[in-house]
Amino acid sequence: MDTLAAPLTIAFDYTRSLGPVLGRFMAGLRERRVLGARTSDGRVHVPPLEYDPVTHEPVTDLVEVSPTGTVVSWTWNPRPVEGQPLDRPFGWALIRLDGADTPLLHAVDAEDLNTGMRVRIRWSAQRTGHIRDIACFEPGESDISEISEEFEPVEIMTTPIRLHYQHTTSAEEDRYLRALEQGRIIGQRCPACRKVYVPPRVCPADGVAPDEVVEVADRGMVTTFCVVNVPFAGQRLTPPYVVAQVLLDGADIPISHLILGVEAADVRMGMRVAAVWRDRSRWSTTPENIDHFEPTGEPDAPYESYGEHL
Amino acid sequence: MRRAAVLGTGQTEHRTRRTDVSMAGLCREAIDRALADAGTGWDQIDAVVLGKAPDLFEGVMMPELFLADAIGAAGKPLLRVHTAGSVGGATGIVATSLIRAGVHRRVLAVAFEKQSESNAMWALSIQPPFSAPITAGAGGYFAPHLRSYIRKYAAPDHIGALVAVKDRRNGALNPYAHLRQPDITLESVQRSPMLWDPIRYDETCPSSDGACALVIGDQAAAEASSRQVAWIRATAMRTEPTFYAGKDHVNPRAGALAAAALWSAAGIKQPLDEIDVAELYVPFSWFEPMWLENVGFVGQGQGWKLVESGETRIGGALPVNPSGGVLCSNPIGASGLLRFAEAAMQVMGRAGEHQVPGAATALGHAYGGGSQFFSMWVVGRQP
Repeated sequence: MDTLAAPLTIAFDYTRSLGPVLGRFMAGLRERRVLGARTSDGRVHVPPLEYDPVTHEPVTDLVEVSPTGTVVSWTWNPRPVEGQPLDRPFGWALIRLDGADTPLLHAVDAEDLNTGMRVRIRWSAQRTGHIRDIACFEPGESDISEISEEFEPVEIMTTPIRLHYQHTTSAEEDRYLRALEQGRIIGQRCPACRKVYVPPRVCPADGVAPDEVVEVADRGMVTTFCVVNVPFAGQRLTPPYVVAQVLLDGADIPISHLILGVEAADVRMGMRVAAVWRDRSRWSTTPENIDHFEPTGEPDAPYESYGEHL
Repeated sequence: MRRAAVLGTGQTEHRTRRTDVSMAGLCREAIDRALADAGTGWDQIDAVVLGKAPDLFEGVMMPELFLADAIGAAGKPLLRVHTAGSVGGATGIVATSLIRAGVHRRVLAVAFEKQSESNAMWALSIQPPFSAPITAGAGGYFAPHLRSYIRKYAAPDHIGALVAVKDRRNGALNPYAHLRQPDITLESVQRSPMLWDPIRYDETCPSSDGACALVIGDQAAAEASSRQVAWIRATAMRTEPTFYAGKDHVNPRAGALAAAALWSAAGIKQPLDEIDVAELYVPFSWFEPMWLENVGFVGQGQGWKLVESGETRIGGALPVNPSGGVLCSNPIGASGLLRFAEAAMQVMGRAGEHQVPGAATALGHAYGGGSQFFSMWVVGRQP
């Protein structure tokens, strides 16, 4: 049987501080102008380098090159994916712009792409001083107009990144989740150190797969905890809340969970707590079947009973 | 074993946002200062080692590729190192190993973080499917372990605040420090908001943009130097799983093993007597007493007493973090190398206003992950 799997998307709008060289390059794009960097050997690099690879000195000499160039080499992309410059089949090409000595990699919107083809930049309608101001290349020549004034460098560029994964569980995690779907908490015992891991996993200390399945209680003790008072990016609960290490009876390693039903200030190390399950109709293969833990009212566990789990 | 020495150090001004420079420019600011401090030209550098925390922090996969030109690696060997928060320390150790192995004569070690490009807390709080939404951030990860330390050794509440006051005042002596607070007091720290109980706002490291670089050379390069070098007497790295049944988060085994190996390799019997200054990786103030014990300066439960006695201030028996440490500047990928560099600066006599008088032997220390990776070195005025 396949183990449980689900999609995971990670996305963030990263920023790029551009510095003086790339900042001028991006500002140029906004004005439909392409700047290259001239290095000590006289070569013009597009996109510009910030530091000379030969002398290692900062590059200061930026020169304008043509928005028209020649395809040096290319490959065909029959199935574009999310985030690429074009949403229909296109060519990826190395293009040496007139006046530049190094080729630039970009998309060419042409069905009969070939080496030596003359191509020009197709500018984006909205230009903001961003690498995406170049939409792609297309066959043809550009008109070269007058060189304009020096422009203020762009300081920051936003570059959203989105990653799609398929998250697949291990055999041990799968077994644990399917038990949770039935309202049970299981661990597995390491055959070497005999410790019961909840959730079960390959023993991190011995590096061996666990064998014996052990059902553990849905109650235990708080070993240690944190009162979260601070909001932060990615947070899904509203502070303040208590995240505790809960050592379930029968387990040898604590799990992290929420403690509710008690003032945060009254949570104690050694406090006895029990799982509060969601309504049975909502159970599925998720640790969220346990909504939180609450104090049981039993006497606190003595320090000696959890001191080795801190 | 072949000898190695730090010939020069460089670091950036650390700030919340260094929008005036790109990642390459940030690295070069540190590198150019390190080369100048070492009196070394680019043509004398044989290899470059780049340290960087997770790629998700800045959203750049393999930054060593696009940085190769800027960090002077064109035509030379370039290695990337990644061991979470300890990466800066590991970077210094990898560079040292290349020298000690006799492979190279001078190696450039550089580490950086541009936290303003992203949000490290977000990057550390990714929620995979089949997990509960019980994220607490970086502070939330460590706060329970600090609580365990306090409970285990009955440490008084104000110890963390004492460390914060000391480090922030030290940071005011360091022109490169991000946070410089000469007027901070015990009372003001204790009045600051509680973020991750028991960690208060003023006991927490900032998010910084910054970089650090070192030039490390072999014995001949060190002896050819016109300035005092920092001889690398020993290095050590150890790793353990983040979680396992019975893991001691208060006194991690990997840290204790690394320290024992370090002292043995350096021929140091009584670290508290023989080390003049220590740069410990303390992103939350309570880690100072914990690491004092973990690396063996004092016995278990004695760390907070050393802090309380004031002996970890400049002028005390063991000044800890005279630079202000991670509590004042935290460009994560660079923070470990900064500890190593500050230790070197102390024995070179080039630590400026935060120089510990007469410092001849110093410890640089870093940890990372869930107290999982540890890297350390001992440097001295003498080999």
